[in-house]
Amino acid sequence: MSERLIPAWSLTAEAAGSIGIPAEWPERVTRGWALDGATGEGVDVCILDSGVDGDHPLVGGLESAVAVHLEGDEVVVGPDLLGDVCGHGTACAGIVRSLAPACRLHSVRVLGEGNTGSADLILGGLRHAIEQGFEVVNLSLSTTKRRFAELLHELADAAYFRGTVLVASAHNLPVESYPWRFSSVISVGSHEGTDSFEWFANPHPPVEFFARGIDIDVAWAGGSTLRCTGNSFAAPHVAGLSALVISKHPGLTPFQLKSILYLTASNTGGPT
Amino acid sequence: MTERTSYREAVAAGMLPSEESHRALLQSIVDVARAIFDAKAASIFLLDADADELVFEAISGEGEGDLIGMRIPSGTGIAGWVLVTGQPIVIDDLSRDPRHARETAASTGYVPKSLMAVPLVNGETSLGVLQVLDRSTDRAFSLGEIDLLILFANQASIGLDLLQTSRRARAVADLGEGGPAVVARIAALLEETEDETAGLRLLEALEAVLARLAS
Repeated sequence: MSERLIPAWSLTAEAAGSIGIPAEWPERVTRGWALDGATGEGVDVCILDSGVDGDHPLVGGLESAVAVHLEGDEVVVGPDLLGDVCGHGTACAGIVRSLAPACRLHSVRVLGEGNTGSADLILGGLRHAIEQGFEVVNLSLSTTKRRFAELLHELADAAYFRGTVLVASAHNLPVESYPWRFSSVISVGSHEGTDSFEWFANPHPPVEFFARGIDIDVAWAGGSTLRCTGNSFAAPHVAGLSALVISKHPGLTPFQLKSILYLTASNTGGPT
Repeated sequence: MTERTSYREAVAAGMLPSEESHRALLQSIVDVARAIFDAKAASIFLLDADADELVFEAISGEGEGDLIGMRIPSGTGIAGWVLVTGQPIVIDDLSRDPRHARETAASTGYVPKSLMAVPLVNGETSLGVLQVLDRSTDRAFSLGEIDLLILFANQASIGLDLLQTSRRARAVADLGEGGPAVVARIAALLEETEDETAGLRLLEALEAVLARLAS
């Protein structure tokens, strides 16, 4: 997990010579350069969702699992005693594992307490995940509550600057929702293909990428598998791809990672 | 709710169409959703924000008539996930999820094989969830099916919003002896009176007196 960096607010003439950033970028960024041989090893991926069944064979174990709940008005993070209250978090974890088999998976459960206060729990869970320094956080969820938008925006920017990649599923409802609309996250919608390594860069944002999101056999509660469709399954595909790229090229910033995903998308760089 | 809003809602309550006509609208939405997807059932859950529970509000097909009013927790299960995350979802082979099969069989006596669920949202408020169960598998599933479901969800959201506004207004009118209740009764009587013109003239005179008091 990355260390917090001290922000620099200006650049002196003396310092300019000391901030060289190692540039080992090829002339052309290809999928081979980005992904070949990558397993996700050493990368921490967090599933912010309904909890994860770590014992599911398609999930293959969890490094940590916490649950966020409300005590009065206070958001508290504690051990997760319930596991997956729906099955969806397990599905997302299984998708990430299928792409990045050696990554370390973490669960932050923000659902299960009902609708009241749910936006507080999502905010609290996201804040916790960013503080942990996870490289990738999957957010297959959104909130329509306007008063949380500004706080979510601040958190998304904080994650962006400290090196945590937030991957958020886009909405296809005619409503304003967050955090997928923010440019500091990677937003993902679905395409109709069946190849988990096919993804497209969208020339017409705010949805930035399209990944596999239809007819996917996913892990579910109770050790079962289900066939599922939805943008919430497209996001963990990009989270898994992100883990692969970061494991091969440690230290990438979210800006650099998004650029690589753009340059190697099926409609730009393609699978070369 | 401010006192000023209460009076306006009281007037509205006196003139609103009945709860039954809103129910008919919701029933029509689930009937049409079921027909479009050639599904075995379609249902609408409404969020009871005070109890933080989802309530079966309209059902077409399997379970029709028996389940209206039944409540489930709003934070768990697939409907709860859709409500809280705002994300539409389609699931096939549901009978393979042992927990879902057990819970739905206990509550509805019917275990669907497939489910499409979409949140019902009005502005920034979560209202409930629209579900289509066991859609026809005769045609290949596409993202267009979800788009179609979302179109229906939008219509259902408007219906649910009307229903909730109507219930709030009616609650004001049913408050008892308070001012808003009196205003609602006057609005209702005015609607029922045979000589509406005389009633309106009387109210206009009252309005002039009240306006003078307020100035």
